[in-house]
Amino acid sequence: MVNIGKSVIIKGELSGSEDLTIEGQVEGRIDLKDNVLTIGPNGKIKAEVFAKSVVVLGEVTGNVTASEKVDIRDNGSVDGDIASPRVAIAEGAHFRGAVDMQRAGQKAQQQQKPAGQPQGQPQQGQKVGA
Amino acid sequence: MADATRSLTDLFGILGARRETVAAASPDSSVTNVADAAYPTKALHKFLASLQALDGPLLLDLGPVVGSNVTFFGEQLGCRLRVEDVAKDIDRHTKEGTLDQLPDYFTKRFTQPAGTVDGILCWDVLDYLDRPSAQALATSLSTLLRPDGCLLGFFSTAEQREPLYTKYVVVDDANLRYRTYPASRPRQRNLLNGDIIKLFKELRVTDSFLMKSKMREMLFRKPAPRT
Repeated sequence: MVNIGKSVIIKGELSGSEDLTIEGQVEGRIDLKDNVLTIGPNGKIKAEVFAKSVVVLGEVTGNVTASEKVDIRDNGSVDGDIASPRVAIAEGAHFRGAVDMQRAGQKAQQQQKPAGQPQGQPQQGQKVGA
Repeated sequence: MADATRSLTDLFGILGARRETVAAASPDSSVTNVADAAYPTKALHKFLASLQALDGPLLLDLGPVVGSNVTFFGEQLGCRLRVEDVAKDIDRHTKEGTLDQLPDYFTKRFTQPAGTVDGILCWDVLDYLDRPSAQALATSLSTLLRPDGCLLGFFSTAEQREPLYTKYVVVDDANLRYRTYPASRPRQRNLLNGDIIKLFKELRVTDSFLMKSKMREMLFRKPAPRT
């Protein structure tokens, strides 16, 4: 687990292969495709974010893409679009943007399907039971 | 505290709804009472049914972000959800003293291309607007909606002068929790049926329910162009 402290400001691309907690400021792009990114209560991010899971306790401005889950905690703030199969937004969190859970979910399902199986079919349980 | 609880109890007694829990008043203001109660809904089920046939429908939610609604619409129903909290717009303009600019603001507020949104959860935001602002918002929403798209609107028929918004938390397709929270202004007036139809003159009313919660639930559909 790596920690970027309160006094650190990073401008540019940030990538890695271990879990990361940011308490400082990052502008640009964050790429942690196989790891968990935590934006701490003091963290301020202006970036496109790609990670396995993202936990937001601070501020994020920019689009967030996670292959597993995005979790915006109480007092966390996201201004941007979220693409992730699972999204949790706590009471008291701020969010403005779009949430796309299907596309991310479909991608994950398609990766698991054997070759030749039709794609783009409605997923069971996704539609409203009338 | 006891008085506040009693007054809320009285309020919900008048509304005659299924009350489950009522929270106590905030200690810092007599008008920041918060309540949390569950009520049946008839229009939500029909609204959801209209989205059923679509693959990944685009849904515009004009209420504040509610985590469980995001899960319900996104994870369970496969909707692409866009949250645009109009109450925050109203609060900001009220605070800045620029309410007269709201009609112009609403004509430019949404960035989605016209005719691309499959469903709109308008909730009761129109109750908090004066007529020109309500008309501007209703016209913008009608433009955003695709042909055959649906809009769900709630309109209060009860007198409520307390500055409170309501978060509508989806329990299931037949029940909603009404969770109130402080607003910068009260409901402006009760819109009559005719007023509402005029606001959405480009849409057709498909269903209208007057609920025991004193809320009129209305479902609108945008007519498909004649071929």
